[in-house]
Amino acid sequence: MSTPAITTEAAAEVEVAETAAPRKSASSAAKNSLTGWAASLVALVIAVLWTLPTFGLLLSSFRPEDQVKSDGWWNIFTHPSFTLKNYSDVLSGGSGGAGLGTSFVNSVVITLPAVLIPISLATLAAYAFAWMKFKGRDTLFVAVFALQIVPIQVTLVPLLTLYTQPPGFLPALGGRDAPAGGLYGLWMSHTIFALPLAIFLLHNFMREIPGELIESARVDGAGHVQIFTRIMLPLMAPAIAAFGIFQFLWVWNDLLVAKVFSSPQLQPMTVQLQLLVGERGQDWQLLASGAFVSLALPLVVFLALQRYFVRGLLAGSVKG
Amino acid sequence: MSTPEKLLQMVIAIAIFYAVVAGILLATQFFKSKTGERIQAAAFLLPSLALIGLGLLYPAVLTAWQSLHGGSNIFVQEFVGLDNYKTLFTNSQELEVLRNTLLWVVLTPIVSTGIGLVYAVLVDRAPFEKFYKALLFLPMAISMVGASIIWKFMYDYKAGDQTQIGFLNQLLVWLHLDTYNFLLKDPWNTLFLIVILVWIQAGFAMTLLSASIKAIPEDMLEAARLDGASGFKIFRHITVPSIRPTLIVVLTTITIATLKVFDIVQTATGGNFNTSVLAYEFYRQNFVANNQGLATAIAVVIFLLVVPIVIYNIRQMRKLEAR
Repeated sequence: MSTPAITTEAAAEVEVAETAAPRKSASSAAKNSLTGWAASLVALVIAVLWTLPTFGLLLSSFRPEDQVKSDGWWNIFTHPSFTLKNYSDVLSGGSGGAGLGTSFVNSVVITLPAVLIPISLATLAAYAFAWMKFKGRDTLFVAVFALQIVPIQVTLVPLLTLYTQPPGFLPALGGRDAPAGGLYGLWMSHTIFALPLAIFLLHNFMREIPGELIESARVDGAGHVQIFTRIMLPLMAPAIAAFGIFQFLWVWNDLLVAKVFSSPQLQPMTVQLQLLVGERGQDWQLLASGAFVSLALPLVVFLALQRYFVRGLLAGSVKG
Repeated sequence: MSTPEKLLQMVIAIAIFYAVVAGILLATQFFKSKTGERIQAAAFLLPSLALIGLGLLYPAVLTAWQSLHGGSNIFVQEFVGLDNYKTLFTNSQELEVLRNTLLWVVLTPIVSTGIGLVYAVLVDRAPFEKFYKALLFLPMAISMVGASIIWKFMYDYKAGDQTQIGFLNQLLVWLHLDTYNFLLKDPWNTLFLIVILVWIQAGFAMTLLSASIKAIPEDMLEAARLDGASGFKIFRHITVPSIRPTLIVVLTTITIATLKVFDIVQTATGGNFNTSVLAYEFYRQNFVANNQGLATAIAVVIFLLVVPIVIYNIRQMRKLEAR
């Protein structure tokens, strides 16, 4: 940024015109300041800041316990020694282990239905809102849309009561005697929290599909169900995938819903890890390897399906 | 439950669900009359609407109602009017929570968006752009619990004469400074917790802003360059105005996420050392202190804070989409 042109910002536009004379040097300076060494240095510093913490913990997860506890991970370069014991310790149950293997299974069992069910329901509802005609459609859609602003916190307490003391003859979905250890309550909660946003987004994507396509299919005698399964679903695949990735990340990484609704035997990895921090906060070899066990799957999904990400990005972060 | 049992339960649940959906589709597929279409619409919509009504609308109303109740006996809730809200806004401990929340909500969006923007501009069209971006973006896939562990390790504290295992304190030692207990000392510890969320959110900001920067017409930039505008001027007078709508969407989106942050406080400090925020205080009052009245009042306050931001955010997003 060594151009003499920068004096005051207010007069900048005038100055741009005035300094047009030494064209070549100024333009190359402009280029330099963006791609030059100073810019590269700043970018490099940020990149290192964003990578170093994860890198340090990753290295520590492979170091023997006594070394993790006695000196910093940067010493691994002068005294390299690696072990996989931390990972077997953190995965195994029993007295010495942290039982994260079990909670990995729990995370999978919680996440899969909690992704598939809301997306399927939302696709159906979004189709009805987008292409079916019935009275009060628009009002209903606005209502669903508006409900996405309800924070999870607002619903947790009454929902928990509903699960543990359901009205009438309905089976309890929470509490000690719940079927499948309360899994149904967890799946249902995640489904409920995902629906408004999922319906809204999928509806928007569906409206982008040209109406003539639907109309001509109807003229040819296709019903809504045929149009939905044969035309809409294939066309919607990328949008469904985009939302699916985010719902996956959201459920997999969720702590609050799991803490409130899951029974001790069904705690996912986030809950188990958080408890581990409280109980064995100085056992960094376990915390490090545990953190990376929980990171592995989302990172793989993330890297493999990155191209769907930007589209679903806004969706994922407004949620909850 | 054993692992095979859990997996079996999962498979059964998914199978039942899809059997029901397939049943609905099969049963309604032949309707083509007007009434038929209404039945179809109901079949497509009712499962979702019932869940939303039962799981969002009804609980939200109940929570608002409950926030007006309280008293010392948790089994007999009595009507207390706005007392819970009064406690929230007068009790010194709760005021600290509000102060911390304010810090989070102001700092997180600004700092993460700022870093994301600077980084997006700097690596734009640089060699290895994709790789550079992935580095900033990866924390997005990490759970807040995982991120908190990663940073807790960075912040780890040992007295100055001992060997450090936390990197930041080692840096202080290398600089011949005294070591510092990052997560213990109030009020700065809240700032160090905010760093964790900034670390997660900057990648989100960077990705959206980068896409927006790439959409700026090339001839506009070229014209500015020919006129001799410096890099900084191009940034200030062309880049920033062009991406303003995206900037607002990013800022508001991060603000909303920040208001609901619970995981980081729970994992990193457990809400101790004066680091609690509204979303954490809600959990603590409800499940630890058993003060449901205050908890629900906090939930309502979160809701009231989120609403205007969400509405503004959605309006801006609409504008973005319309362009």
